[in-house]
Amino acid sequence: MYEEKKLEQIKSSFKDWDEEVGKQLGKRPEMKEIFATGSDKTVERLYTPLDISELDYEKDLGYPGEYPYTRGVQPTMYRGRFWTMRQYAGFASAEESNNRYKYLLEQGQTGLSVAFDLPTQIGYDSDHALSEGEVGKVGVAIDSLRDMEILFDGIPLDKVSTSMTINAPASVLLAMYIAVAEKQGVTPGQLRGTIQNDILKEYIARGTYIFPVEESMRLITNIFEYCSKEVPQWNTISISGYHIREAGSTAAQEVAFTLADGIAYVDAAIKAGLDVDDFAPRLSFFFNAHNDLLEEVSKYRAARRLWARIMKERFGAKKEKSLQLKFHTQTAGSTLTAQQSDNNIVRVAIQTLAAVLGGTQSLHTNSRDEALALPTEDSVRIALRTQQIVAHESGVIETVDPLAGSYYIESLTNDIEKEAMDYIEKIDNLGGAPKAIEKGFIQKEIQNSAYKYQMQVESLEKIVVGVNKFRIEETEKKELLKVDPHVELMQKKKIERLKSIRDNDKVQNTLDVLKAKAETEENLMPFIIDAVKEYATLGEVCGVLREVFGEYEQSVIL
Amino acid sequence: MDKPIRVLVAKPGLDGHDRGAKVIARALRDAGMEVIYTGLRQTPEQIVAAAVQEDVDVVAMSILSGAHNHLFPKVVRLLKEEGIEDVLVLGGGVIPEDDIPGLKEAGVEGIFTPGTPTKEVIEFIKGNVKK
Amino acid sequence: MNIEERLLEGDKRACARLISLLENNDEQAVNIIKRQYHRTGNAYVIGVTGSPGSGKSTLTDRLTKELRAQGKKIGILAVDPTSPFSGGAILGDRIRMSDLALDKDVFIRSMGTRGYLGGISKATWGAVKALDIYGCDYIFIETVGVGQSEIDIVKMADTVLMVMVPNMGDDIQAIKAGIMEIADVFAINKSDLDGADKTKLEIEMNLDLNEKSDYRAPVEQVSAIKNEDIDVLLQKIMNHENYLKETGKLHERRRRNLKVEIIQLVEEELLKLIMDKALEGDLLEELSHEVEKRKQDPYTAKEKIISLIRE
Repeated sequence: MYEEKKLEQIKSSFKDWDEEVGKQLGKRPEMKEIFATGSDKTVERLYTPLDISELDYEKDLGYPGEYPYTRGVQPTMYRGRFWTMRQYAGFASAEESNNRYKYLLEQGQTGLSVAFDLPTQIGYDSDHALSEGEVGKVGVAIDSLRDMEILFDGIPLDKVSTSMTINAPASVLLAMYIAVAEKQGVTPGQLRGTIQNDILKEYIARGTYIFPVEESMRLITNIFEYCSKEVPQWNTISISGYHIREAGSTAAQEVAFTLADGIAYVDAAIKAGLDVDDFAPRLSFFFNAHNDLLEEVSKYRAARRLWARIMKERFGAKKEKSLQLKFHTQTAGSTLTAQQSDNNIVRVAIQTLAAVLGGTQSLHTNSRDEALALPTEDSVRIALRTQQIVAHESGVIETVDPLAGSYYIESLTNDIEKEAMDYIEKIDNLGGAPKAIEKGFIQKEIQNSAYKYQMQVESLEKIVVGVNKFRIEETEKKELLKVDPHVELMQKKKIERLKSIRDNDKVQNTLDVLKAKAETEENLMPFIIDAVKEYATLGEVCGVLREVFGEYEQSVIL
Repeated sequence: MDKPIRVLVAKPGLDGHDRGAKVIARALRDAGMEVIYTGLRQTPEQIVAAAVQEDVDVVAMSILSGAHNHLFPKVVRLLKEEGIEDVLVLGGGVIPEDDIPGLKEAGVEGIFTPGTPTKEVIEFIKGNVKK
Repeated sequence: MNIEERLLEGDKRACARLISLLENNDEQAVNIIKRQYHRTGNAYVIGVTGSPGSGKSTLTDRLTKELRAQGKKIGILAVDPTSPFSGGAILGDRIRMSDLALDKDVFIRSMGTRGYLGGISKATWGAVKALDIYGCDYIFIETVGVGQSEIDIVKMADTVLMVMVPNMGDDIQAIKAGIMEIADVFAINKSDLDGADKTKLEIEMNLDLNEKSDYRAPVEQVSAIKNEDIDVLLQKIMNHENYLKETGKLHERRRRNLKVEIIQLVEEELLKLIMDKALEGDLLEELSHEVEKRKQDPYTAKEKIISLIRE
């Protein structure tokens, strides 16, 4: 970006400056020998044009809305429209969650985000033995289409976009959503939203898997194929680095492992006979926002550029939308502290800035009390207000990609991209992400980072305010949300009742068909939809598939 | 040679967030303990069966889903039913302060919430093992 | 009731405690074994070894389920290395055997190799005896096949099962390193992977070269994860068991193993005596200092330590 001669001059003047500073260090020493990012990347005292002398503006940055999309996927970004402010919510019963959604929509939220309880996420009904104690705890319990009807009661599904954090049984919940819409008179073609549907990161980091890798990948490509024809506005997968980061990865690892998973999905879909440009525009991503503002901004920019290059060069995608990495962001749950929990409001604000300066398409901000329990309504409101303050008061949205051109930001963007590329090459050599997961490679890399971080916190190399420094004795009781313990009983009763009023012969029929089709190579989506419409329960549908597919066995290397 | 303390590190319930469990497992290993790691989705019955066969000194469990009030005491109860009184039972994870007295009363002797240094857990184990 | 009586009644906790005591060199525990030794020898011991990630635990889990279907009582000893730095260990083999945990006739025990004396041998020998008295029909000893431990396993197993996976460079290494001789049955796990046939062929070719007895180790392709051909593999193991029993070679093999065990017990006791002396007053520290400074040589240092116990 700079003339050769100018660079030579800068090189020499920088050397002078650096020497001068070096001399003064005796008198005025720096606080640490080595400075580092939140992810432990070494940071220099100063960045100059010398650090980005190789940068080619048009090739490496370009313009917003243009390849390689480093500066953003839309030309006008937030001047056109803010990101979607989407708070992940859902707890206890469908009835209570429905109330919370209506409240959030009234408060100005622009999209819904459904959290399911763990039994639902693992394909067990509320009356399954393993569901004991878990029903309605981390999200809403959905056992059948009946619960889904209650969940979206009075919410017009042609008007809102709905994001569902569901993976292993994503096909079943999507089927229920389609069925509910139909009852509202809304066609699949009108539906907008996202299912997470990212099983690889479940094996890596989140743990709510059901089926073995191959069978899970089949269900995912079934969804890709079905939606590309029937539900064209639906984002069929949200390839998630969020949980990888929560599990303790570094920023660069988050990019690397997420994009490696992305590559695996694209490979699988192509192998299943789909054209890359038919499904790639519906791929979306989901990243974390940590506290190191500048590293996070660089991370998003690096991810965008690298994905565009991968899609173009590796997969030969042609459509612009296939090349664009669009992403949802959630602020980092793992950075929230139980100690002095109001401090979390500040952390979330910084993380919000990072996501926005990094060009996110939608954002969930965590509530201050989430290291203690599920958030109260007050806490959720503050979290949403944080986004609104950044949008309306901070000024960072007035121009597109305002941090571009910063020597540090560009240098760090390059760095993260490079480190991620090296990882992806390693994973390719292991046979791709599924194989690397099976061998425990990715998990091991993440665990090493997590352990290193923990040790740094314990040795005070990294400071967490209120945890290892600036501690106080806290006596004041905080008001926390309590989940009604009767939800489990209530759900069990609902299932019992449902089973007594539905047409059980029809249910069995659809389940038998689904089982038979699972043995073939046919797309399972239509048969799953048939089953849920007859009020087959989630556990019954997943149970049939468990019989045919078997279950995944955890790969742990410690 | 001192006999190493044997610890069962278990994830009862359905949540898959095992960062904490794994970090603790490693820290205990590095502190010279023998850690038996059981993996995800363990029922209280499985945890107790493993504790019996492994003859551990400590059962350390982690839950982030909010199911602790149900699952932790159940493990303690089943241990007692097996006649095991000399095992130290610990719990960790996202556990609201209000729940801690109840859990302690139920026999979960150490409760560790987010932000606890691993050293603290190690010291607690060393100071409280019963065998 | 004391441990000994409870053990004889088949009490799991008593068995578990006895193994701990044996691991910790407890004299009373050794005395229990001494008194009950006449009850041992009934369990058939299968050593399972192979490179990390070859799926040994899952395979052991599946074989156990087959044997349970026949009503057999099973013991499993899963041995993992102890960290030489901290003396701690992470033992994770149970993860693969979760649903066996509740079976009343299955006993799973994870063991660290511990200490610098003799690898897995001593404690494992003790644990095998405890499980034998406890009434197990079959005992699996599972070790990671790196270096010493897979040689060690021969010393305690009646049948050695070598688990391999296709396309892992170290398989070939293993073949070269003379593993061929110790395996009685080969399992090629993850047989759905490309290269399973090639791996089988390579092993067979090597067996051709080494043929010297009337028994030839079978090479079976299985998939532990998919539960495929586990019954066939178990049959091969039982064929080996029958072969040893019919030809009387089981006694021969056990005598050979016991010889090693006795010698090793003597070795360990002697080494302990020596080390106690050598560590006393930091003699070892002192000697290594001087040897390093070239004031002495290692041979003279050795003689000094030996002379201490000769006294």
